[in-house]
Amino acid sequence: MADFFFNTTLGMILLIIGQIFLVVIPLLLALAFLMYADRKIWASVQLRRGPNVVGVYGLLQSFADFGKYIVKEIVVPAGADRPVFFLAPMVSLVMALVAWAVIPFNDGWVLSDINVAILFVFAVSSLEVYGVIMGGWASNSKYPFLGSLRSAAQMISYEVSIGLIIIGVIISTGSMNFSGIVAAQDSSYGLLSWYWLPHFPMLILFFISALAETNRPPFDLPEAESELVAGYQVEYSSTPFLLFMIGELVAVVLMCALISLMFFGGWLSPIPGLPDGIFWMIAKMGIVFFFFSLIKAITPRYRYDQLMRLGWKVFLPFSLFWVVFVAFAAKFGWFWGIYARWTVGG
Amino acid sequence: MTDYTRHAKYFLLQDFYQGMKLGIKYMFKPKATINYPHEKGPLSPRFRGEHALRRYANGEERCIACKLCEAVCPAQAITIDAEPREDGSRRTTRYDIDMTKCIYCGFCQEACPVDAIVEGPNFEFSTETREELYYDKSKLLENGDRWEAEIARNLEMDAPYR
Repeated sequence: MADFFFNTTLGMILLIIGQIFLVVIPLLLALAFLMYADRKIWASVQLRRGPNVVGVYGLLQSFADFGKYIVKEIVVPAGADRPVFFLAPMVSLVMALVAWAVIPFNDGWVLSDINVAILFVFAVSSLEVYGVIMGGWASNSKYPFLGSLRSAAQMISYEVSIGLIIIGVIISTGSMNFSGIVAAQDSSYGLLSWYWLPHFPMLILFFISALAETNRPPFDLPEAESELVAGYQVEYSSTPFLLFMIGELVAVVLMCALISLMFFGGWLSPIPGLPDGIFWMIAKMGIVFFFFSLIKAITPRYRYDQLMRLGWKVFLPFSLFWVVFVAFAAKFGWFWGIYARWTVGG
Repeated sequence: MTDYTRHAKYFLLQDFYQGMKLGIKYMFKPKATINYPHEKGPLSPRFRGEHALRRYANGEERCIACKLCEAVCPAQAITIDAEPREDGSRRTTRYDIDMTKCIYCGFCQEACPVDAIVEGPNFEFSTETREELYYDKSKLLENGDRWEAEIARNLEMDAPYR
């Protein structure tokens, strides 16, 4: 049996497909409850109750929404480019899911343990922009097109600073593999040896950039429910719209995973004595997601020029400076070598 | 000097930390909203909801077809026809309220000399068709019978202030 799975082509393909399902299905199931948690947290901060009718405490709300989206009619605008119109949400969702191929959940629990994992995630999340642009363009309608342009500009702007922040972490680690990044944060000091401490300003910057990159409030200009209807999603309904929504949320959870891997030591236990494990990873992602939701509840939306100013005039110089600083600190062993842990054997 | 502290606060995202603190504090406060269809908020005795035509305790309808409500109605939602009944008393033969025209100002209730037309506490009378909202006399009398207890209580509570 093991021989079939590891030594024949068919067995290998089946194994990989099985592993993909093993990642994607729990992810999508978790997504349903994260969606619920998001709405519940948002509601609580505003002293509302949130969804509480479907299932116990409304826990099944997302599944009810899912059913509703699926049975709705798919409306295609008369002048729409049909293939591209339907391709756009798929690109959006698939690109968000593909990135999970290189995300490890535990030591060795990863679909594809490639050495350029972090670049892969970065590249794939850049491709998500295409879903937005295609969606806006294929709708053949003015406002979705304008919305998609704004959205694309926003996502590209913040990818720049996300890239630079990632470079800082890579310099500290000496590895682009997520398992390597986590291993570099492993030491006998528990949570004090994680990168959130030496890279603290970048943690904040990355978090805010992740909000902008995934179109979450306060940077949800592409949607801007109150003034812009829904940006590039205006003409979408039913299942294509659902795919956009899921894609967006998968990207959010991906950002949670990235933050916990790069700054909070992934599956490492925060207290030296306790065992490491996937539950730490999940707990950390949950906490980061909580902050994503909290930010959504407490912040007003940024204006477009403020968004661009923040991206290009504040985040870009700051993260650029940080890359240079980390490079020097790593090279010359400043601050007891905390920026170059791989050289001191972390 | 103050300018520097302002900039420091801006770059250290002080507003956001305060906001998060406040947000987390509010998360654990009691909810301001209610489970609406199951729980309902309190209503004032003066609440102006769905109309009702009341009866006396002996079952006689109060309305004497004076048409004051019809005259005062700013939306002209009320239509009344009247002629003497067999026993010679003056009664309405037709008392229609177009609930789609009504603005729920309560003038009809104030104009009524015999407390016949009142606006009761019911606000959940939405219908699927527009026609169902053209109330006639029998519908209004039925409302009166159904809501009499609440209406009488509300009138009694509000009486000292009229």
